[in-house]
Amino acid sequence: MNAPKIPAPSRLGYASHLACRECGATTELGSGHACAKCFGPLEVAYDLPPLTRESIEAGPPSIWRYASLLPVPPAVASTPNTEPGWTRLVRADHLATELGMRALWVKDERGNPTHSFKDRVVAVALAAAVELGYKVLACPSTGNLANAVAAAAARAGIRSVVMIPSDLEQQKIIGSAVFGGTLVAVRGSYDDVNRLASELADDREDWAFVNVNVRPYYAEGSKTIGFEIAEQLGWRLPEQIVVPVASGAQLVKVDKAFRELVALGLAEETGYRVFGAQASGCAPVAAAFRAGHDVVQPVRPSTIAKSLAIGNPADGPYVLDVVRRTGGAVADVADEEIVDGMRLLAQTEGIFGETAGGVTLGVLRRLLADGVIDPDAETVIINSGEGLKTLDAVAGTAEGLDAIAPTLSAFAELESSLTGREVGPL
Amino acid sequence: MSVSVRIPTILRTYTGGSAEVTAEPGTLREVIAGLDAAYPGIGGRIIDDTGNLRRFVNVYVGEEDVRFAEGLDTQVAAGSRVSVIPAVAGGADRPAGR
Repeated sequence: MNAPKIPAPSRLGYASHLACRECGATTELGSGHACAKCFGPLEVAYDLPPLTRESIEAGPPSIWRYASLLPVPPAVASTPNTEPGWTRLVRADHLATELGMRALWVKDERGNPTHSFKDRVVAVALAAAVELGYKVLACPSTGNLANAVAAAAARAGIRSVVMIPSDLEQQKIIGSAVFGGTLVAVRGSYDDVNRLASELADDREDWAFVNVNVRPYYAEGSKTIGFEIAEQLGWRLPEQIVVPVASGAQLVKVDKAFRELVALGLAEETGYRVFGAQASGCAPVAAAFRAGHDVVQPVRPSTIAKSLAIGNPADGPYVLDVVRRTGGAVADVADEEIVDGMRLLAQTEGIFGETAGGVTLGVLRRLLADGVIDPDAETVIINSGEGLKTLDAVAGTAEGLDAIAPTLSAFAELESSLTGREVGPL
Repeated sequence: MSVSVRIPTILRTYTGGSAEVTAEPGTLREVIAGLDAAYPGIGGRIIDDTGNLRRFVNVYVGEEDVRFAEGLDTQVAAGSRVSVIPAVAGGADRPAGR
């Protein structure tokens, strides 16, 4: 009897090949990003060795503790990188009380190096791209990705080219420019920028557009959010999770992470439900979910949640698959509810999330009110980014702030005028 | 006057490596049929077995995503430009019900 063969790592760790998510055709690592047969998206497949909780727990406090489950060189943690991940999972008891929930957690992605979850996917894309011989790190972006690519390229010492819609928040434009790479502002929507990048990616053979031609590797980075949530819960899966949906890749990969942990015996198979959150001004996946479609009709976005303003979401069909398989839903909330959500998260838990965080919390409230989300089931919501990058959305909170004289009497006068106007949650 | 069609790398094996080819004007469906006559097999890579645009290909006539226009019935006038782009990054599906 032969002993089971333990896989050895290759240049991209335990990643073994790429497989088409549509037709199943397989191809070698590094050979493109779309299926040569049907244009379908390619996904990384692995030949994994046995893994233990202990070996992961002994790893670094970053996404590299899960390096064996990512398409990256085995020595990735020792190369110059931004070391993203291992962000806080915050037990949100005040928010839970406000919402009438039993147990609620916030996965707070502000803790990443450029303050959004994008640092995770970029770190994985960069490591794979360098190994595959690419020379330039590039992306079309709604802002957070631009920040992450520019920073990661600076840290790794390679050139970056980031392309953004010209109407982005000023904070995100400056937060990309400061890193010194090439910043290209495009007149048009994200979908227009994305199209331009897709055409460029076709001609620039040594440019790694992280979310285009190295997307199979890039997208795998989002699994680390799911891995961390499970590990931080004590190697358990939550009963419900609410994830913001832009391209939809994050939601799909969180689900993939949970399934991988179960398959590896690292977490017990407990039923979980996945919910997707969109802004009403850009809700093509929520619309398809409500209509019972398994395909997504593109829309032209108009929402303050610019990081979620992708009208033509790459992973939309797969989001629908995941939420339907797990008994979840996709819903959307209007801009006012997004702002309310941002304020509520800040005032109850001290977390100033970006507009996307307001979308996620807004959808949680909506689905609780509709009786879709169970208030007694343990729930995790993802705050994917930083409120300081989307200040305009909540600029109104500081209106009417008049300065007082630096005297006790002026303060006393102010204090008496505040009576009955106690600052509290909403 | 003909129309120009931009061919993505992944389909250039059909066009002998050409990044841009020409076709006769008409509906997008007719343009693609014309392409397939000139470069046998390429049509099946853009349109699936049921006669719809494949889920993961985006087609633009000029600046317009045809999914915002009339899909395969979109008119492609003489002198206009068609772009075929893999949709991996900005994936899309055919409009529901079409």
